[in-house]
Amino acid sequence: MPDRLNVSVSPHIHSGETVPRVMWAVFLALIPSGIAGILIFGFPALKLILISIATCLITEALIQKARHKTITISDGSGALTGLLLAYNLSSNVPFWIPLVGGFFAIAIAKQAFGGLGANIFNPALAARAFLLSSWPKHMTEFVKPFNPDGITSATPLGILKEQAARPLSELGLSYWDLFLGKRGGCLGEVCIAVLLLGAVYLLWKGYIWYSAPAGFIFTLGSLSWLFAAQGFFKGDFLFSILIGGLVLGAFYMATDYVTTPITKKGQLIFGIGCGIITFVIRKFGGYPEGVSYSILIMNAVTPLIDRWVKPKRYGV
Amino acid sequence: MKRLFKEFTKGITIENPTFGLVLGLCPTLAVSTSVNNAIGMGLAATFVLLGSNIIISSVRKFIPVQIRIPCFIVIIATFVTIVELLMKAYFPVLNRQLGIFVPLIVVNCIVLGRAEAFACKKPVVDSVFDALGMGVGFTLALCIIAAIREILGTGKLLGFSLGKGFEPVAMMILAPGALLTMGLLIGLVNYWHIKQKTNREIKRAGCNGCK
Repeated sequence: MPDRLNVSVSPHIHSGETVPRVMWAVFLALIPSGIAGILIFGFPALKLILISIATCLITEALIQKARHKTITISDGSGALTGLLLAYNLSSNVPFWIPLVGGFFAIAIAKQAFGGLGANIFNPALAARAFLLSSWPKHMTEFVKPFNPDGITSATPLGILKEQAARPLSELGLSYWDLFLGKRGGCLGEVCIAVLLLGAVYLLWKGYIWYSAPAGFIFTLGSLSWLFAAQGFFKGDFLFSILIGGLVLGAFYMATDYVTTPITKKGQLIFGIGCGIITFVIRKFGGYPEGVSYSILIMNAVTPLIDRWVKPKRYGV
Repeated sequence: MKRLFKEFTKGITIENPTFGLVLGLCPTLAVSTSVNNAIGMGLAATFVLLGSNIIISSVRKFIPVQIRIPCFIVIIATFVTIVELLMKAYFPVLNRQLGIFVPLIVVNCIVLGRAEAFACKKPVVDSVFDALGMGVGFTLALCIIAAIREILGTGKLLGFSLGKGFEPVAMMILAPGALLTMGLLIGLVNYWHIKQKTNREIKRAGCNGCK
């Protein structure tokens, strides 16, 4: 058991990992997706990212100043929240959507609970849920990829929701299109290839563990394959995991340190739970996509999972 | 007189039913979607509080301790029925808006709470001031929550539009908006109380108070 925790007497060697370092590493891993989003959706995407990050940082600084706390905007967590929030929005939203969303993410979902480490819900996703229930019109309009005129189009999932059981070819898409991001959708979720690139970097550095994303993706894919509209065992495993925000959610938000279980077993349960809830929302719910809600719901039960899988103390 | 005034003001400030005691949350969360509803609900609850406090306080010597709760409920239910019938007769629109929450004043914890904690122990005059203070405090709290929710959630106040160009935050008139507004307001009130308390302590203890 090489990964068993060894408790020894001091002095210990510090690994050099700090919160800012991990946060900025995740930020770095997400930058390629941002570039891909800007290439696909054009200049509005860049504007959206910058507004979102700036709002988050300013809000955090102001609130920490008002609460007489040390201002910690350089630790990367606020910037990461801003970046993730922008990735969760459609690129053609009005400028005030990331403004309000960023404020909500930091002020309500993070600082009102006590700041980094004390928040129950993922701030970026909480803000997305808030925006979606407040301004559904702006949040569900997606522009077509590679068109400067901002013509809106439905996402593949939206089309599926309206007319169930259409084969992939009828949508005019191939797996390759989906993998590279040639489809309508949120700014940061479309280009699966670069999202995976960043995820590999984080896995290699050991900043995230694969059990939550693997459980999430595998559960959702298998359930979609099993209970397809065309009949049992006739679903499209690959298609179901390439569409929507699954890859972004599974690798970057279901692995958040604060709001997901601590142990690897707990993270696996978290991922499987997310997969089941996403599948249920996609198939039976009112919204076409359920990744963000599934992660938020599982965030709420995280303390329960942590208690459930708590390792036995030695000798008790 | 000073004592009575204190009984009145405590319901508005320190023992405010919504922000201090955190009682009667079902109607608070449910009807605070508009200021109109809030005023209607607040006044209805105040009337019931006043009536039940007066009657319970005046018959408090005759109610056996073992069955006091059923007795309170009968008295409260009487006043709720009066309110409901009056509202149906004179304010049918408001009655339709408030719906089930008018008859539900019977089980409102504020009314039963004041009966149990105050009216069955104190004389009638004190109970009147207690009921008025609690009623006004409840109405005020409801109105504050409702005003925030109505302005943000619909862009209107008391039904009048506050200007165009603002896209209402639809979530604020839904259930999460109610919980969010109330949570933040309770936090603010608590912050204010704590600050006042420390200020008072500093004043009393002077420079020696610092540890």
